[in-house]
Amino acid sequence: MQRSTNGHRPGRRRPGYPARYSAFALLRHGLTHQDWPPAWQPRPMKASYDVVVIGGGVHGLAAAYYLAANHGITDVAVLDKGYLGSGGSGRNTAILRSNYLTPEGVRFYDRSIKLYQRLAAELDFNVMFSQRGHLTLAHSDASLRTMRWRAEVNKIEGVSSEVIGPAEIKRLVPYLDVSAAARYPVLGALWHPPGGIIRHDAVVWGYARGAAALGVHLHQNTEVTGIDVAGGQVRGVRTSQGDIATRTVLNATAGWSTLISDMAGVALPIQTFPLQAAVTEPVRPFLGTVIVSGTLHVYVSQTDRGELVFGASVDPFTSYSMRGSLEFIEGLAGHVLELMPSLTKVRVLRQWAGLCDMTPDFSPVMGRTPVDGFLTDVGWGTYGFKAGPVSGEAMAECIATGRTPDIIAAFGLGRFADGTLVGEKGAAAVGH
Amino acid sequence: MILLPCAWCGPRDAAEFHHVGEAVPRPDPRTATPAQWRAYLYLRANPCGWTVETWYHRMGCRRYVTIERHTETNEIRTATVAGAAGPAEAAG
Repeated sequence: MQRSTNGHRPGRRRPGYPARYSAFALLRHGLTHQDWPPAWQPRPMKASYDVVVIGGGVHGLAAAYYLAANHGITDVAVLDKGYLGSGGSGRNTAILRSNYLTPEGVRFYDRSIKLYQRLAAELDFNVMFSQRGHLTLAHSDASLRTMRWRAEVNKIEGVSSEVIGPAEIKRLVPYLDVSAAARYPVLGALWHPPGGIIRHDAVVWGYARGAAALGVHLHQNTEVTGIDVAGGQVRGVRTSQGDIATRTVLNATAGWSTLISDMAGVALPIQTFPLQAAVTEPVRPFLGTVIVSGTLHVYVSQTDRGELVFGASVDPFTSYSMRGSLEFIEGLAGHVLELMPSLTKVRVLRQWAGLCDMTPDFSPVMGRTPVDGFLTDVGWGTYGFKAGPVSGEAMAECIATGRTPDIIAAFGLGRFADGTLVGEKGAAAVGH
Repeated sequence: MILLPCAWCGPRDAAEFHHVGEAVPRPDPRTATPAQWRAYLYLRANPCGWTVETWYHRMGCRRYVTIERHTETNEIRTATVAGAAGPAEAAG
């Protein structure tokens, strides 16, 4: 049942792309400890770029990479107010899946999984994608019904998903308490074999290295302080490191996306909520799949190092604070022990928070806006990391061709004015 | 733990409250256009800094309070009783 691809599949080999990472090179550098080349070189900021991407996370870097790789647009700058991957890209729980509820969502995330599958080969960077399977537990008849619904939508879209019973769950995860005596007995689960986990830092670094190799400029510690708009058209971006003239700006930020969009005069239906996560000390491998429980607001996976990574639902009020809270870790521990009582002695090493841009319908806001040249790839709530590659690919196409690709047509900002919301209730750990 | 100063009960754990959020004026449904109505439904200022918002003390006095909070530090500055009948959306 379990399988691991690690992404080592034949990918496209690009001319001029540095193929520096190989087993031989690793051995040579490991023995000599000399000539470890930096993965990418910082460049001086230019006074103008064709495209400026705000946000150096997986979305922004992927968009920059696909602009250069798929469309030959290399006069691109990626700006980040901190370091690359310092926001949501480095704070998520690195779970990938495509077992969503709406056909639009399933198609979209399935494309992302397919891009992730060949990402290691494409970027020449080991992103450690492990397709170990993903279990969403149902603790009530209502959620079991939703699981069946999701499984059928998934199958129609060609995504592998199946509803399984407690005996099969026990076989996959022996340490899970599936007894009827549990406070919230496990009635069944949505089993999604293509789901899994990945090393999120490596995805960010791989895209950064790939984009830089193709000519994209990456500017860290560069905070955007203003966006110049004249006559309904973007003219430039003001930053802490100087002004940039440009006619195309992509807002690929998370958490602060409304602050950036406000600079361009575009109002977004987004509120910022922190989401906390935690990791334990490493233990021996015992958990082969990703486990999610919507009822208990928890998701658990075990990394290749043996740590257990826990995530939960967003905090109960809006905030830009990234401090952890005791209430969160208390509640999380209780829920995890409800699922796996044998973990009582495992110690939590650390907890952290990231910022989630929640939209009213749990779907992103992608594409063009009423301001010409100002595009958004925001509203990523609790599901942004798994969508990184497909979002980058689609936004690059949108910028290069000026047309909105079909795969993101449902996610436009206009849906809030038209009342055509997408209603993605398959989003992670959403209280519903 | 974040303490919220309830105008009726004094400082209480924020976990006792429900976060209603920014008070948005409710347009008159008889005259509002669909665009105005949807803006009322979906658009919020979402500031990073001081904001005035409504909290509902659901596990206490069950009244609405208006609280001024810094959204980056979660510092609380002032708290007042939110209208006699609560916020507009509750009265609506």
